[in-house]
Amino acid sequence: MTVVIAVMLALVAVVGTVIVFTDDPGRQAVTLSLFGLCLGVLFLALGAPDVSLSQITVGAAVVPLIVLLTIRKTRSMR
Amino acid sequence: MSIYAYVVAGWLLVMGSLGIVRSRNLVHAVVCLGIAQSATYVLLLGVGYQRGAKPPVYGSAPAHPSLHVMDPVVQAMTLTDIVVSATVTALLLALAIQIRKRRGTIDPDELTAIEG
Amino acid sequence: MSRPLRLVVFAAGAGGTAALFLLAVLDMPPFGSRFHPYRNHSVPAALAHATANVVSSVNFDQRGMDTLAEESILFASVVVVATLLRKTDDEEWRKERRGRVLDSTLLMGWILLPYTLLLGFDVVAHGHLTPGGGFQGGVVLGTGIHLLYVAGRYDMLRRVRPIRPFEWGEAIGTGAFACLGVAGVLATGAFLANVVPHGTFGTLLSAGTVPILNGAVGVEVASGVVVLVSAFLDQAIGLETAPAGGGKGGRAGNGRDAEGGGNR
Repeated sequence: MTVVIAVMLALVAVVGTVIVFTDDPGRQAVTLSLFGLCLGVLFLALGAPDVSLSQITVGAAVVPLIVLLTIRKTRSMR
Repeated sequence: MSIYAYVVAGWLLVMGSLGIVRSRNLVHAVVCLGIAQSATYVLLLGVGYQRGAKPPVYGSAPAHPSLHVMDPVVQAMTLTDIVVSATVTALLLALAIQIRKRRGTIDPDELTAIEG
Repeated sequence: MSRPLRLVVFAAGAGGTAALFLLAVLDMPPFGSRFHPYRNHSVPAALAHATANVVSSVNFDQRGMDTLAEESILFASVVVVATLLRKTDDEEWRKERRGRVLDSTLLMGWILLPYTLLLGFDVVAHGHLTPGGGFQGGVVLGTGIHLLYVAGRYDMLRRVRPIRPFEWGEAIGTGAFACLGVAGVLATGAFLANVVPHGTFGTLLSAGTVPILNGAVGVEVASGVVVLVSAFLDQAIGLETAPAGGGKGGRAGNGRDAEGGGNR
């Protein structure tokens, strides 16, 4: 279990950094979904199934969706 | 391993803030704020972790309940914050849409002057 | 402030924060230790109120006041988003373009819809027994309804998803939480006291007010997510600026706030 936590922590740090240095928000939204999923797995490994459930539904689905819709709106306006 | 999880939390906070500072797009800045915010989740759950303990959910009525579970208090704080922060993120993105409508740009560097 | 200067200022601030953070962390109980004073108090308190999921007990029983505050933030955010993204006078509904959707995608959407709604109800209803509760189940429910959009029918979604009831649900959920708090005051003198009989540990009817508050939050969060996502969907897909709107930048009229007020 400790190995899973160590790996997921590293993955979260790397994916988070990649998102910050991705300048195109459109591509960010996809990575953000992956980041949310990684956090969800990390929280499960840390023994927090409640938080994991919350993180996966919100972080991997709702927030990236809203970000994508915002990008679509801001790009479609002339 | 003893402070590794905390260092990752600190790293996410600094990286997220850096992303906000060098952002050229308000949507990008909001996403980076989300990264910085997730630092608090990692820190809180890291604090509440105990090696070898179980999640704080009891299956059946324990006669002599074992206290050795993960700290439920930090988990409860994190769990509500994740959902609430999503709505605050939505609020910031709605503001970005409004700024785009009114000012024609969402590049923070072009949004210098205050407009009535 | 110029960009290079801004980065220098940030580097100084981030360096200071990192140094202080590291100092604090080095003095904390190490990761994975057995030192958890909060847990030692909250677990017996949860078991005393027959709540199997201690996290739910902390959220809705021991620290219910805190959750009410969190809920109010959620409520306020949703109200502000709905206000900011409402249809203004210079916007109009886009002509429906019937895009082609893969049959398999359509089928998936329709199969997943009832399953997701059922899952959402289940997560809310068993929040005091298993991992889950009003917050998570509410998000699942609110997202599940939008599978109709994945199934490709935005026009249909707009028809079967009247926003008004969800705006009401949002308010009722928040209000119910506060009313239960007041009920606690009337019965025992403590706000949000667990006044309902605690029931048998591990059964659906246990934990007293926890499942009721879970339900209230579930209604609120589900309604909130529906209102939020649909406001963004309307902006991104449904609405477009009327052709007469003019060019960029300058068209932001000063009187728009007053004009847009009455059309919802």
